[in-house]
Amino acid sequence: MKKTFAYAALAATLLSGTAFAQEKTIKIGNLSDQSGLYADATGPGSTVAAKLAVEDSGLLAKGWKIEVIAGDHQNKADIGTNITRQWFDVEKVDLIVDTPNSGVALAVSQVTKEKNKVFLNSGAATSDLTGKACSPNTIHWTYDTFALANGTGKAVVKNGGDSWFFLTADYAFGHALERDTGAVVEANGGKIVGKVRHPINTSDFSSFLLQAQASKAKVIGLANAGGDTTNSIKQAAEFGITSGGQKLAALLLFLTDVHALGLNVAQGLTFTESFYWDMNDGTRAFSDRFSKQMKTGAKPTMVQAGVYSAVRHYLKAAEELGSVADGAKVVAKMKEMPTDDALFGKGSIRADGRKLHPVYLFEVKKPSESKGPWDYYKLMGTISVEDAWRPMDKGDCPLVAKK
Amino acid sequence: MFELIGISPQALFGQLLLGLINGAFYALLSLGLAVIFGMLNIVNFAHGALYMMGAFCAWFLLNYAGIGYWPALILAPIVIGIFGVIIERTMLNRLANLDHLYGLLLTFGVALIVQGIFQNYFGSSGLPYAIPDLLKGGQNLGFMYLPNYRAWVIVFSLAVCLATWFLIEKTKLGAYLRAATENPTLVRAFGINVPLMITLTYGFGVALAALAGVLAAPINQVRPLMGADFIIVVFAVVVIGGMGSIMGSIVTGFTLGLIEGLTKVFYPEASNTVVFVIMAIVLLIKPAGLFGRTA
Repeated sequence: MKKTFAYAALAATLLSGTAFAQEKTIKIGNLSDQSGLYADATGPGSTVAAKLAVEDSGLLAKGWKIEVIAGDHQNKADIGTNITRQWFDVEKVDLIVDTPNSGVALAVSQVTKEKNKVFLNSGAATSDLTGKACSPNTIHWTYDTFALANGTGKAVVKNGGDSWFFLTADYAFGHALERDTGAVVEANGGKIVGKVRHPINTSDFSSFLLQAQASKAKVIGLANAGGDTTNSIKQAAEFGITSGGQKLAALLLFLTDVHALGLNVAQGLTFTESFYWDMNDGTRAFSDRFSKQMKTGAKPTMVQAGVYSAVRHYLKAAEELGSVADGAKVVAKMKEMPTDDALFGKGSIRADGRKLHPVYLFEVKKPSESKGPWDYYKLMGTISVEDAWRPMDKGDCPLVAKK
Repeated sequence: MFELIGISPQALFGQLLLGLINGAFYALLSLGLAVIFGMLNIVNFAHGALYMMGAFCAWFLLNYAGIGYWPALILAPIVIGIFGVIIERTMLNRLANLDHLYGLLLTFGVALIVQGIFQNYFGSSGLPYAIPDLLKGGQNLGFMYLPNYRAWVIVFSLAVCLATWFLIEKTKLGAYLRAATENPTLVRAFGINVPLMITLTYGFGVALAALAGVLAAPINQVRPLMGADFIIVVFAVVVIGGMGSIMGSIVTGFTLGLIEGLTKVFYPEASNTVVFVIMAIVLLIKPAGLFGRTA
């Protein structure tokens, strides 16, 4: 009898031991475009950023086991959903980060809610993630179509660009960006004279650009991203559109896009971002560490910086709670705590899942102003938290429904 | 009539010309594929990767050796052509007597490896390559602004296509080649070195792909996946034209460029599927392709 009791006690200790260890385990999945048109701005660089965040959290020294894995959604919502389900059900992933491509992101957000895990999106743009598709398990971290439209759209219309033609990527992201920018343009007294929607990942834009040229609009709004944007800009220069007096508005432009274009072609473009590596000592120090780990030597884009910031904040909440088993609880905790890191400064997370920080209006430097590779942006203005984001009551998010 | 379709004649001519320019790339790439398939019976899936290597080769020459566009137009196809010859000598010729599928798998694998390596070192968004000074600027044709470089692309690739067709269909060397494809043993009996001829033909097809890559470098970004995005359309072009038919691939390349250009005006959402719709229709009606001979 005594012996049995001793065994039982031993077993109980062992069991509680494993249970304890499990609670201090976190698995982070970077679900991204790892090789396609968005891969440079997001993808493998975001994995590096997530790993740096884990390093800096100090949790490893406190006995936590944290692992970062990566998956390639290939810009297809069905593949993204499959990986997500497999990660949650089989691999026991607790947190998914990055995920560019709004179509994929909306699908992943849905599954994350169903499985009560956490989705910290940095890469996708659609403002619907905190609007009609908002979720208690999702935080939209770095930027969104509303902030881009509001920043760039307003600035361009104020500078006299009052008639617009949209060149739009034909999926959720392009549609959202076109919608949000159109609203800003019209609210500021401009008008939309036409649009053309192109398939994602197009290499020749000349035909679409010719249609834009024929519209005689003062501004051609590029509601696309990544490789689509760089090809549009390059070919617009080739077809004499920019020298003919029409202005391009790149509504979403990443640092890696500017690098790919070269300053000769990209100079003078105005656009909106929430992070640039050369802002202050904190961003520069992080960016140095980051680019040492990149084979291409690239500096981080705002999406990659956002992944770092998001993972840092998640790990702070995890430490407070002592467990990440209940996804909605972790997100609630994250919303409760103010955010603070070297890259985005002090900020907060709104009830609808919108991370709040200032956004910036940048202009691409002339080749003569740049000191070398990656020295590309000039700060033109700062848009405060109050002005940058869509007011919470305008988003139709069911979580914060008007009573 | 133009009012009926809701587009001005000027705009329509502009779009037709743009379609022809894209068609020039289809023609040049599918021509290389047709030569390789017609003469060697190899379905060369590495063609897209070799096209990409051509563009990268031009970029390397410019950035590491200071060699500009014009010499690159000759050097890059030679360098990549030699790379092709090495592939043929070390790997492909071992598969000569096996089913087509093995060659397809091998070249597909080579393409994946090459693209992976480039992506690892250069990222996916690519590198800029400037238009050569001589061809900067453009002409105002009244109905559209035509960049000089695009005009050059169309003229040059048409010339290369026709020269290739002439070489294979009208010269003695071409006759040897075609004979060697039909009956290698007999041609060897006449004292002609058939394996060497096959190797050189593969190298030539590869050089055509690299040439298209150099031509494309100033228009598109020099990207590791620039060929992977293209190659599927080009295969559709070859299938529509008739596998292995030289003239078929040239004519089909230009025609499909035109059709795709028009789709971009009338129904842009379908512009990257229209080629495959046409392929399906052609296969239903004429399984050997428009210019193919039924076996």
